[in-house]
Amino acid sequence: MRRAGWPLLIGVAVVVVGIAIASLRANPYLYFAGYVILQYIVIATAWNILGGYAGYVNFGTPAFFALGAYTAVFLIRSVKPPLPVLMLAGGLVAGLLGLGIGYLTLRLRGVFFSIATLALSVVLQTVMVNWEYVGGSRGLSVIRPSGPPFGNYVVFLFTIMVALAVFAVLVARFIERSWIGRGLSALRDNEEAAECMGVPTLRLKLFATTVSGFLLGLAGAPFPYYVTFIEPNSAFALDYAVNALAMPMIGGTTSWIGPVIGAVLLGSAQQLATVTISSELSLLIVGVVLVGFVVVAPEGILGLIRRLRGR
Amino acid sequence: MADALLAVEGVTKRFGGFLALNQVSIAVKPGERFGLIGPNGSGKTTLINCVSGALRIDGGRIVFDGRDITSMPAHRRTRLGIVRSFQIPKPFSSMTVLENLGIPLENAAHGRGADGVDAMEILEAIGLAAKAHLRPAGLTQIEMRKLELARAMAARPKLLISDEAMAGLSSAEVDDILAILLRLNAQGITIIMIEHIMRAVMRFSQRIVVLDAGERIAEGTPDEVVRNPAVEKAYLGE
Repeated sequence: MRRAGWPLLIGVAVVVVGIAIASLRANPYLYFAGYVILQYIVIATAWNILGGYAGYVNFGTPAFFALGAYTAVFLIRSVKPPLPVLMLAGGLVAGLLGLGIGYLTLRLRGVFFSIATLALSVVLQTVMVNWEYVGGSRGLSVIRPSGPPFGNYVVFLFTIMVALAVFAVLVARFIERSWIGRGLSALRDNEEAAECMGVPTLRLKLFATTVSGFLLGLAGAPFPYYVTFIEPNSAFALDYAVNALAMPMIGGTTSWIGPVIGAVLLGSAQQLATVTISSELSLLIVGVVLVGFVVVAPEGILGLIRRLRGR
Repeated sequence: MADALLAVEGVTKRFGGFLALNQVSIAVKPGERFGLIGPNGSGKTTLINCVSGALRIDGGRIVFDGRDITSMPAHRRTRLGIVRSFQIPKPFSSMTVLENLGIPLENAAHGRGADGVDAMEILEAIGLAAKAHLRPAGLTQIEMRKLELARAMAARPKLLISDEAMAGLSSAEVDDILAILLRLNAQGITIIMIEHIMRAVMRFSQRIVVLDAGERIAEGTPDEVVRNPAVEKAYLGE
């Protein structure tokens, strides 16, 4: 228990630092950019639970993220509950979708699973385009609730994202170090052998897809309040699919810290490029860096460090 | 047969229109060394896949240790004590040899046969202790086969199914594996051996069942089986 308590303490410390930063009232843009980077920490971490630990590559990250966002939009339009309820609902609905995707793994493995997740994203986007209540293809303006608990609303959302990022990383770390994480890497290496060695592969896969979906939905739920305008093209943006995959790959998929490193590096680079050069350039950066890493360091920065240390 | 550890009763398996197993029955007694032979494509591995749970059967039933396991998923059969090794070694390549054994120890062996034997002791017994911290990619063929067996042992089997553990090995290496299997049997583990190397399977088995084209064509001691004209026909033709 004492050993298990440490990461939790560090997590709480990070949240406190986040709140301290929030109370600094620095340049508002920093919070705006910081939110995006933190959001990518959640997304990359969530993706890695399924893609890194279990080896099921999900191209449909936007589906889960946007489902969280649109669940929030639906609730904002209908009952307007407080933000924590929105987030919980977004997470649960996306987690349910994850569970459904988990059953797909019974029949689809490897690249076929990836194609199915890509298709899922397209299908879901089409549904949202045609659903007028949540804005349809024209989109919908979302009015933020007046009077956030502290600061202005962006600063408040920034703090929420700090907490969410810490939560996601703690979940990933817990999974990685438990029998679940070891079982997932066994089935990633060889699913048939894992099952024959007593690993309940189906149950573990369902767990991974559900948790991954839940976290992605959780990250998506505050999105409508963040941008104050939701429309399918931005909620289902290709950026999410590419970044969710690129960040863990660049950081290293075998450990919880990998996606964090990748998200911070790539996320910051993208934000920097968006401000200084052009917003179109950010995806190009991801592409170039990803290709570079796949060629030079296929096991990401973590793998690179391990190699440099010798062995 | 009530006293059998494993009873396969009239099992049928089809792949589309192809009848891979036709009403096959075998009964393996506790502690027995049981050989399963037959020409290529006769259904040996299919039968093993049905017993281990990788394949669902289309007819008949399978009883293990007095329990009907016909519709039980593979990992639960492993936990009951049916453990197999693979014809082509399937190690967990991202883990060290020692970690490979950790998976069955953690998932299959706990709560059963708690005799305190840990992964390192299994590796020592099988002669892989020096390689414990290597990745499987650094192992030789025979070491890979030993890892398969060691990992199976870590699941604390009651019934070990060895699927062509010796194919492609040299004669000395075959003897090595054979000695390991005999030792495991002496510890009380029932073993089904599937093998093409006749010298090994004849020496090892107390009883042999011969499959041909998905049907059981003979059963008996090694001597009886080799003298059986149906077996000769299956292997050599008319």
